[in-house]
Amino acid sequence: MQDEAHKPYTESPMHTTTPVIDPGLTFASVTDKISSIVLKRKTSLAWFFGFAISFALFQLMLLAITNLVFVGIGLWGVNVPVAWGIDILNFVWWIGIGHAGTLISAILLLLRQRWRTSINRFAEAMTLFAVAQAGMYPIFHLGRPWLMYWLFPYPNTMGIWPQFRSPLMWDVFAVSTYATVSAMFWFVGLIPDFATLRDRARSKPFQILYGMLAMGWRGSARHWHRYEMAYLLLAGLATPLVLSVHTIVSFDFAVGIIPGWHATIFPPYFVAGAIYAGFAMVLLLTIPLRRFYGLEGFITMRHMHNMAKVMLATGLIVGYGYIMEAFFGWYSGNKYERFMIWNRMHGPYSMYYWALILCNIITPQFLWIKKVRSNLLALWIISFIVSIGMWLERFVIVVTSLHRDYLPSSWGMYQPTVWDWSMFIGTIGFFFTLLFLFIRFLPMISIFEMRTILPEAEVEE
Amino acid sequence: MADDERDKMETDIPASPRHPVSVSEHHRRHAPPLYGVMAEFENPTDLVAAARKVYSLGYRRINGYSPYPIEELSEAIGFTKTSLPLIVFIGGLVGGLAGFFMQYWIEVIDYPLNVGGKPYNSWPAFIPITFEMTVLCAAFAAVLGMLVLNKLPQPYHPVFNVPSFAMATRDRFFLAVEANDPSFKHDDVVELLKSLNALEVNDVEV
Repeated sequence: MQDEAHKPYTESPMHTTTPVIDPGLTFASVTDKISSIVLKRKTSLAWFFGFAISFALFQLMLLAITNLVFVGIGLWGVNVPVAWGIDILNFVWWIGIGHAGTLISAILLLLRQRWRTSINRFAEAMTLFAVAQAGMYPIFHLGRPWLMYWLFPYPNTMGIWPQFRSPLMWDVFAVSTYATVSAMFWFVGLIPDFATLRDRARSKPFQILYGMLAMGWRGSARHWHRYEMAYLLLAGLATPLVLSVHTIVSFDFAVGIIPGWHATIFPPYFVAGAIYAGFAMVLLLTIPLRRFYGLEGFITMRHMHNMAKVMLATGLIVGYGYIMEAFFGWYSGNKYERFMIWNRMHGPYSMYYWALILCNIITPQFLWIKKVRSNLLALWIISFIVSIGMWLERFVIVVTSLHRDYLPSSWGMYQPTVWDWSMFIGTIGFFFTLLFLFIRFLPMISIFEMRTILPEAEVEE
Repeated sequence: MADDERDKMETDIPASPRHPVSVSEHHRRHAPPLYGVMAEFENPTDLVAAARKVYSLGYRRINGYSPYPIEELSEAIGFTKTSLPLIVFIGGLVGGLAGFFMQYWIEVIDYPLNVGGKPYNSWPAFIPITFEMTVLCAAFAAVLGMLVLNKLPQPYHPVFNVPSFAMATRDRFFLAVEANDPSFKHDDVVELLKSLNALEVNDVEV
């Protein structure tokens, strides 16, 4: 029998909710609709407009990085005691956003959730582009970024090796592995779709380009069998990988000893927070995209509801994390822990803390209401607020714990500079540049997987 | 190939009393060498039924082509075993051992660092990187193993010579019987496939 994840949708009497896919679609219409966005449509003016703005911001990023490498970290606001500022904060924020893509691609596949099919290609692309943004920060936050290759264990003339007991080294391996495995998973998923585009492309250059990328794929049953096995195995590998990567990122803080960082709740709290931020970004992007490209038949209201529910669930876990942090800060009786919590709530950065509570704990509670989940504008606004809230969360964790730790004579304040912000806004520009290129040149919905969930895909005995 | 080109090909089998030419060989005397015969179907049910019938009649060098994976199809053509899981397992094992022993050798033997008197073989601290190396090498094994076993990239394959095969990536399903199958006889195979509800049956040139 076809495995659960690829069984065609059949209406069950219990759950007469909105379908996972528009019932009127066929193999031909699915193929034509998705491939036409790439092959036939004239590039719309709105695409050029969006691409132009993103590209301009991307240039801002390049300017910020160039200046940074020439002048040094002094351009940023980091100093003693806050030696990690919004650079590391942005690193964690971007990686966190990436995790939703892998969850949708890998974990929902293993859990046999058919609704993942129309969003997994796009979400996985989003993951790759987000990890690309994240990966720049550990390099450029180094004092001498041109020596970043010292982070890798290679035999060298100095006779030294990296220190593997450090979470910063674990990060190097974790993020590299995550980027590589995600890229491979995404590319493998694209091979049959490249074959579809190769056979549909009308201009010779694109036939050759997609033909090379398709590697001669012809839909052979023997090939499909091995392909499905590889895909399932990759999903099985990517699942513990995504959990481990953000756990290791949380260890950047949790293995440290300062109050507010040295907490065992960090790994699950960070992973839940990553999924939370990631789904917010997926919603933020798919809501306008499905409207603009007419994909409501593929990305239905059922998807919106499910994603909103995942956001709500992970938001509750993150809320639990905050409550436990505050509780244990007090319950520990340790004056440094107690001060850390007091400082977050009443110190110089308290407005960020309370904004965080508003954005991350209070705002998602609206998602309990079905009407709110069905209203796409409300859903989009909530997703936007959650994205900001998750940024604020990392700000509170990084900055408030660093700026006032054990020794009052070391206390200080942190102020990001215009170059800090330029690089951050620039990475957002780079992210959107890559996304615009992706939606123009590659099928943003997995064509072959959509075919498997159509009713006519079922083999009648 | 254009028809006039085909007529000029030198694949003559001289007809004489000692070398009688069969009807099908006669038809194909001027035709290029054959890879096999391929039938086109409209839906997966027909394809799977046809594949089962062809397999049950003893043909083994057969293959199905579809725009999406059909599990019943690979069973119907008799293809169930693959060594890919073993390859992935070995890849993961090699990666994990390599990751752990790299750290062990570096931190215990070649460049040990005394940090607060803690033991050099701090294996709990080695776990994250060992795990990541396991996943990385297993993933490489899965992707490269799948491509190598599938013999991809393979830019040319005879089935691409059939013009309607472009629909194999859209909404049509194909079943091919190769000419080097021991029981292959051109006219019999064509007749069999036509009887199985095929939309059309084509010769596939090499």
